[in-house]
Amino acid sequence: MPTVKFIEFNGTEHNVEANNGESIMVAATSNLIPGIDADCGGECSCATCHVLIDAEWRAKLEPSTDTEESMLDLNPDRTEDSRLSCQIIVSDAIEGIKINLPEFQY
Amino acid sequence: MSGIVVIGAGQAAGQAAASLRQEGYEGEVTLLGDEAQAPYQRPPLSKAYLSGDIGMDRVLVRPENFYPDKNINLKTNTRVASIDRDNKSVTTESGETYEYEKLLIATGSSPRILNIPGSDLEGIHYLRTIDDVDGIRGAFEKAGKICIVGGGYIGLEVAAVAKKAGLDVTVVEAMDRILQRVTTPEMSDFYHNLHTGRGVNIMVNTGVDGFEGDGEVSAVLCGDTKVEADLVIVGIGIIPNVALAEAAGLECDNGIVVNDHCQTSDPDIYAAGDCTNHPNPIMDRRLRLESVPNAMGQARTACSNMLGGDKVYAEVPWFWSDQYELKLQMVGFSADGDSSVVRGDKDANQFAVFYLKEGKVVAVDAVNSPKEFMVCKQLYGKPADAAALADPETELKSLLG
Repeated sequence: MPTVKFIEFNGTEHNVEANNGESIMVAATSNLIPGIDADCGGECSCATCHVLIDAEWRAKLEPSTDTEESMLDLNPDRTEDSRLSCQIIVSDAIEGIKINLPEFQY
Repeated sequence: MSGIVVIGAGQAAGQAAASLRQEGYEGEVTLLGDEAQAPYQRPPLSKAYLSGDIGMDRVLVRPENFYPDKNINLKTNTRVASIDRDNKSVTTESGETYEYEKLLIATGSSPRILNIPGSDLEGIHYLRTIDDVDGIRGAFEKAGKICIVGGGYIGLEVAAVAKKAGLDVTVVEAMDRILQRVTTPEMSDFYHNLHTGRGVNIMVNTGVDGFEGDGEVSAVLCGDTKVEADLVIVGIGIIPNVALAEAAGLECDNGIVVNDHCQTSDPDIYAAGDCTNHPNPIMDRRLRLESVPNAMGQARTACSNMLGGDKVYAEVPWFWSDQYELKLQMVGFSADGDSSVVRGDKDANQFAVFYLKEGKVVAVDAVNSPKEFMVCKQLYGKPADAAALADPETELKSLLG
């Protein structure tokens, strides 16, 4: 059960115990983390589970797919840290990962 | 017992449970659902769940332990019999009564049922619940020939999964084209050719008069034509579940009538999801939608307002459908357009049709084109140059201004 640290834009932190194999989005919605709507349920269809992950943690993740990039690309608020949390699978390799929640998604 | 009672335990209800706790509500929350499962997502049922690519754990709206953990009283296998507005309570079929301060009706919709000779034969299925799909999955393994009645999104999604599973697939559609109710002739043609190219037999202008079989279905009868089938899926639309609301005297008209706050004609009763008829301030008309984003959005709005908020529900509708390796993402209603423009390559199964009305973008059908889908969400209602939209050299970002 890796720990995932969600950090709201105002600095409020939420440490949750996530299950290996589930997505960061599921870890968020299962724990009532604010700002992750996930309307499509993890289909990479809605871009309402946008999160920001710094370079150090990002390097430990599988790279984003073309579909994910396309969904993110037109968001004027996207940064190089942007990912869709439904596309990131929890594993022991990312124990302690820090997930920042963007202000625009509130 | 009091607090907030939700009739239904589908996607809107599941979202409502989460939203109420997320907004800090600490009172009692009770979900009364007539199915055996905790709230689950319906869209995968005709797609990845039917094909077996994902299991139950991936379709739940929240994990099962979410409800006890968050002190949500989830009552499954519980059908509500009536709403008593005077005493602000609901009574279940088994005779239990739940009082409410606020009530959310999230009763969803039910498949339109065919009532024709032979419709009670074994092997004829509808697709709405997880139990329906578990039955269909079992039948898939034994079936050789499947006939799908209705060429809408559900029917075509099932056709794609059945074809991939190696079945002999026929789609029977009463109108002169598939997807007639929901899209343009251009898109109907595209999907018709896609399916026939994969070996699906599509019969349009073909009404179904009955089913033949000895205990189990063996053929679908369409006028003089007999379509052999050992498995039949009927997907001919859904109807909103308004009976409880209607019996309680709430205003209903093609759905439970709500205002832009998701509030019914009784100020203590809200409604969300497929069962509602709601105003859309962006489109300036009333809508009844069969849509997950709508269920989730209305649930959030209703919850916020039940807790004393002042939130207006105003979203441009969007939808998606997966068939074979093609993902169709839609924004708005193509029928609203007075002209259309294609961007991309239909032969490569990667294109988007933008629909404009008086020069303003009002809808898109985007096939394997998520960027076009996203741009339409942002361009909705804004003027756009048709030639620029069509030109693959135009950076979509530049259109956002």
